[in-house]
Amino acid sequence: MPGRTLFEKIWNRHVVTGDDPALLFVDLHLVHEVTSPQAFSGLDFNGRKVRRPELTVATIDHAIPTVDRHVMIRDPQSRKQVDTLRQNCARHGITLFDLDDPRQGIVHVVGPENGFTQPGMVIVCGDSHTSTHGAFGALAFGIGTTEVEHVLATQTIWQRRPKTMAVEVDGELPLGVAAKDMILGILATIGVRGGTGHVIEYRGEAVRGLSMEERMTVCNMSIEGGARAGMIAPDDTTFAYLEGRPHAPKGAAWERALDDWRSITTDPDATFDEVTRVSAPSLIPHVSWGTNPGQTVAVSDVVPSPDHFDDPLERDSAARALEYMDLRPGTPITDIPIDHVFVGSCTNGRISDLREAARVVEGRKVRDGVSAVIVPGSMQVKAQAEKEGLDRIFRDAGFSWRDAGCSSCLAMNPDVIPAGERCASTSNRNYEGRQGRGARTHLVSPAMAAAAAINGHFVDVRDWR
Amino acid sequence: MRPVRVVQGTMVPLPRADIDTDQIIPKQFLTRIERTGYGEFLFWDWSRDGGGAPVDGFFTNDPARRGAKVLVAGDNFGCGSSREHAVWAIQDWGFEAVVAPSFADIFKGNSYQSGLLPVELPAETVTELMMAADDPNAIVTVDLERQIVICGDLQASFEIDPTVRDRLLKGLDAIGLTMEHEAAISAYEAQRPEWLPRSVTE
Repeated sequence: MPGRTLFEKIWNRHVVTGDDPALLFVDLHLVHEVTSPQAFSGLDFNGRKVRRPELTVATIDHAIPTVDRHVMIRDPQSRKQVDTLRQNCARHGITLFDLDDPRQGIVHVVGPENGFTQPGMVIVCGDSHTSTHGAFGALAFGIGTTEVEHVLATQTIWQRRPKTMAVEVDGELPLGVAAKDMILGILATIGVRGGTGHVIEYRGEAVRGLSMEERMTVCNMSIEGGARAGMIAPDDTTFAYLEGRPHAPKGAAWERALDDWRSITTDPDATFDEVTRVSAPSLIPHVSWGTNPGQTVAVSDVVPSPDHFDDPLERDSAARALEYMDLRPGTPITDIPIDHVFVGSCTNGRISDLREAARVVEGRKVRDGVSAVIVPGSMQVKAQAEKEGLDRIFRDAGFSWRDAGCSSCLAMNPDVIPAGERCASTSNRNYEGRQGRGARTHLVSPAMAAAAAINGHFVDVRDWR
Repeated sequence: MRPVRVVQGTMVPLPRADIDTDQIIPKQFLTRIERTGYGEFLFWDWSRDGGGAPVDGFFTNDPARRGAKVLVAGDNFGCGSSREHAVWAIQDWGFEAVVAPSFADIFKGNSYQSGLLPVELPAETVTELMMAADDPNAIVTVDLERQIVICGDLQASFEIDPTVRDRLLKGLDAIGLTMEHEAAISAYEAQRPEWLPRSVTE
């Protein structure tokens, strides 16, 4: 039998029936307030029940305020949406990490940190960044609301078999270059459509060297390359992260699980439909200059001219992006002034991200005129950071220290960046209007964002001292 | 879901690539708990200026474009966020099909689920259609049964997953179809490893 990839092994063991499309069993269904209300009302309308409430976990993250949230959600429509999720979870027996629950946080942060996310699983959520969970060697992808309803009712989902793509990141990641720079570098290579119809497996020495939280950052942005999912083979790093987490297997079950997880990695003779190579030693801190996550350059570089693009559509897109971003070709990236800094999101809101930012900030002050905000990815991340004294470092420097949520990543809550202002953001999307109408987003790593907060413009963190 | 067989009507050209779902329906309209009522907010940031006044020339503000049934757009339409609200907004405005050289995976799936027809045609054909669509009265026919698009002298066939085509033509509810495999689902559930996580004990 020819060798099989990690993806193929997980796919094959989840087929309930059919071939292409196949009906796949869903091991974990994550739910949040924004993409679920119409799914639950669809169930109710047809008199259907949730088939496996114990394989379903809900949290509140997208539209909630990050300050004074226990008082009341001011926006009446958001409040109604949150109340609707509470009622739906109560009625269908679904565990909800509500605002007063110490486990509340961004859906893609709380799944892994509570041990729900494990190797070999099929995980879905009505959110495109579900690809995050692929960091554990799971097949995890975002779905729409009608599919959320389908999964609630049947615990299964119909899927066409995607193609496979290997992204081999050779060599070692240089000092001062983050996992965020790795994925931005990969996106600059494959483009925002390069992964369409594919599941990516990130491989190679530099990927093996990443911590679990760094792997989550990489897999998180797979969707920004158009990929259905991104994944990384489970290894000792994965197992060490999982051991002892509340929902991870224990005792004899842990040993059985380990044997199973070791067997699902890609066979040496397996082949991929496509292979892309990226050299880790040549990666440098990235900053996005445009309005899609493929439009990035090295911090040491300048804003490109649309004339640099051969493809007429790319040229138009670059010209339009520069106009929206109010940037002139040839401007050094380090000359771009910053009004706002946002550290957080499902891409970079974990404890290691906050530690990286704090290391840069310690003993310094946020530049006058810059509004800098830290939004931990979950209340457990927040508690851990406070235990380590990171909150003091941030507060002393002039950062605002918030409660967990998606916040300025998509600005569905009050954390909106005003029109015309510029934000160094650790989030995942720099689309027009993403952080607020007319707001200008520059995607960067946590250390790069923190350094920009201190200086009021971008600096190369590799030179930081 | 209503069956989809033939979509016939006027077009709107939107000659941009990588149109993301944040543009189609911005986040401030996602707090609603209903499936309807998104049409008036379609492409909000492109259709309204900072003060909320209509932007002249954008199709949502052009009386000549009202009633159009087919949106013609660039590559990678619907990329980004998985929000199905994007599909609902497009349908709510009145579109029944979107023609583009390619679609983002999640958007395409969401369209199939809601009965919006995503039609993939070669880039040159889409460009031709876009030129034809400059005329707000030009009529296009998208025939799902015959898998062809006709507009004046232009005639192009398109591919679509046969399972999806069948479901769209019949307007079938996916959950009902899936539950015909109830026995297979139960059999699968019975052999799942015991260590897999549960949020509550049964």
